[in-house]
Amino acid sequence: MFTRILTSALFAGFAAGLIAAVLQLVFVQPVLLHAELYETGAKLHFGTQGSVAHGPALTFDAMRDGLSILFSALVYTGYGLMLVAAMALAEERGVTITARKGILWGLAGFITVHFAPAISLPPEVPGSAAAEVAIRQVWWFSTIAVTGLSMALIAFGQNWKAWGAAIVLLLLPHVIGAPHPDMFTGTTPPELASLFASRALGVGLSAWVVLGLTAAYFWQREGNA
Amino acid sequence: MTTITHTTTRATSNTLAIAFAAFMGLGIMVFAGHVQASTLHDAAHDVRHASGFPCH
Repeated sequence: MFTRILTSALFAGFAAGLIAAVLQLVFVQPVLLHAELYETGAKLHFGTQGSVAHGPALTFDAMRDGLSILFSALVYTGYGLMLVAAMALAEERGVTITARKGILWGLAGFITVHFAPAISLPPEVPGSAAAEVAIRQVWWFSTIAVTGLSMALIAFGQNWKAWGAAIVLLLLPHVIGAPHPDMFTGTTPPELASLFASRALGVGLSAWVVLGLTAAYFWQREGNA
Repeated sequence: MTTITHTTTRATSNTLAIAFAAFMGLGIMVFAGHVQASTLHDAAHDVRHASGFPCH
């Protein structure tokens, strides 16, 4: 059982992590590098010369981007292990896992770790003000825990008691509210911040669809072997 | 009796394998995405921002 989980998660996590890394380097990294010019003060929003919208060109920094590829693969392997563990648990309870259904599992995963936290705590562009990191981490982990639980209740619940609980759990972190800074002292233009957040979510969605699909595919394949 | 024991043992070992895999995954995600040690933070910086993890 453990070998089957590990094999499926490693293949799926690596594939999704690699795709996430490539999409991130092409679509997110130029926005991030542009924002860092404002974070470090190399560019000044509303400065004497105004803010020229043209940003840095697409480049590849072997060390920095190589590490991004490595850590992206690591993060998605972690996600893959949790996702395949959840699939295994569901199969033990009579749920059939197919590659096609894996896409739905991937979407639920994306909502859990990307979309739900982003509703109250959007992906942060460098040079934006934020509350204390530890308290944001507590909110982030609590949010993914209750959102993950609500995804399971929506998918496998049999009645309105379960679905009602899922709705309450989905809303709870946002009713409580995410930690935000007391003062807005961000130096990066809002145009870059919003582009960064939506691109980051787009990359997450793409990678999670691949993760769900491939995790379910390898899980099935390893089961028939 | 023997069959029941075997089934129970297999179910328990499956549950243990599932729990272990899930905790391992969580551990990797926390290590790569959330631990604030400066070397780790610097190496994973861009991925952390792009993944929507709280960073800095």
